[in-house]
Amino acid sequence: MSLDITRINPYFEDVMPQEYIDLEKNGSFGSEKRLGDLGAFKELLEEHPMCAGCHLALAFRVLVSSLPRPEDSILVGSTGCSSLAFTQLALHNIHSLFGNQNAVASGLKRALKLRFPNKVKDVIVMAGDGATADIGLDMTLHSWFRGENITTVMFDNELYANTGGQESGMSMCGAVLNMAPTGKKFQKIRVHELAISAGCAYVAVVSTAKPKNISECFKKAILIAREVGPTYIQIFTPCPTNLKIKPSDSKKVAAERFKGDYAFKEHITDEAREYLTSIKDAVKKEALETEAVLVSEDKEIPLEGG
Amino acid sequence: MNYKVLKGPEGYLPPAASLHGVCLPEKGEGIIEGKCVIRDVCIRHIAKSLLEAKNPTFFPGPLVIWRTTDYALERGKLIREIAKEADAKIIPMPDYRPKYPMINPSVEINPNHPNLTIWHNKIDVGIFIGVHCHQANLALKIIRGGTDCYTVALCAEEGHEEANASLRDTDNNTLKILLDIVKEMKKGGA
Repeated sequence: MSLDITRINPYFEDVMPQEYIDLEKNGSFGSEKRLGDLGAFKELLEEHPMCAGCHLALAFRVLVSSLPRPEDSILVGSTGCSSLAFTQLALHNIHSLFGNQNAVASGLKRALKLRFPNKVKDVIVMAGDGATADIGLDMTLHSWFRGENITTVMFDNELYANTGGQESGMSMCGAVLNMAPTGKKFQKIRVHELAISAGCAYVAVVSTAKPKNISECFKKAILIAREVGPTYIQIFTPCPTNLKIKPSDSKKVAAERFKGDYAFKEHITDEAREYLTSIKDAVKKEALETEAVLVSEDKEIPLEGG
Repeated sequence: MNYKVLKGPEGYLPPAASLHGVCLPEKGEGIIEGKCVIRDVCIRHIAKSLLEAKNPTFFPGPLVIWRTTDYALERGKLIREIAKEADAKIIPMPDYRPKYPMINPSVEINPNHPNLTIWHNKIDVGIFIGVHCHQANLALKIIRGGTDCYTVALCAEEGHEEANASLRDTDNNTLKILLDIVKEMKKGGA
């Protein structure tokens, strides 16, 4: 059923816009095309109105290209720059009120569990630092306290970007911004530490300096959230418009911070680690069995002159 | 109140028909220009509007555009048959994204700015089917506000007061009846 809704009714194939035909024939629904194949398949997010050099857009692109099962994934967004990408996304998504995203995602996940008890549906929250760490911190933390099976992703550009550059709880201490001319007076909130304390089974702090790392952590987070508990990914996504840097320098900024105070951090509980190992073992076992079947089938082919 | 839901352009932000006392039809009824009528009368009115139009166009929405169920498949077949009989075009509404920078109005319609497609293709009668009700009402109101297109909503639920003509409970049997009436009218039997 979930894959069927990505297939075009044959009676309308001749009138469908090309982009939908491409999504069906050469998209990532029900296929193994992922991050490594970017550029060689029709992506779920293409045109968007984000600024040149926006690393939130880059992170968004990497994330939606890394979804293990896009046809069974529902994204929940919130107010902020990321909401501009959501409206262009060829994927089920919900725009929640500012800060409510984790509460909405909790309800959605519970409803999906009831509606589709035998299917895995991934619910992923993707919101900015303002929605996650300031306005929605209550909802974010309580979804973790309750142990909801959802993944939370924070795009951390360290300010409120689309309202002109106000300081957020995630801005660095002393940061001077358009709407914070005297500099921020307190330290950046350590949300990843709050996530660990609140009971997240998997927490990772990553950066757009390493897109492959984002993809790997995101996939782990989704898998763990399915069975073990809430997961959290925090991504550093520099904003050239508000940081007043050249669009082409975003990557340099991300790389510098990655080497400094925004280095990769990962926390995984024992239970989550065991779960990932069990999945890997199952995949290996299945591969070996498939190989064995193929080998046995080969042996059945009579060899000429044998 | 005697508000008539006539074809536009009624101007920017036309009033919601329901606020002027227009009610949804009861079971066994349809609605024409704000007035509830017997279902068969409404079906014949829709068939006539289709056949008399210069450029009638079906706007199938996500509920029929995607291969969700066998029922949706059959619905697609019937829509194509009616469109063929009435010599109507088909422009799909595959989803409701307000696409950036804009949709291509020659090949698709979008509920957030349906007027672009109506204007571009000079559509005089537009038939909505398989569009989720809240999105259909949004599109119907925008069309009534800014274009002179006559709108028809073939709704599987309770009908649309924002359309110039609308049927409720439009299942596949109703579509078959509509198809038969279109054929009959074409032969001059109406």
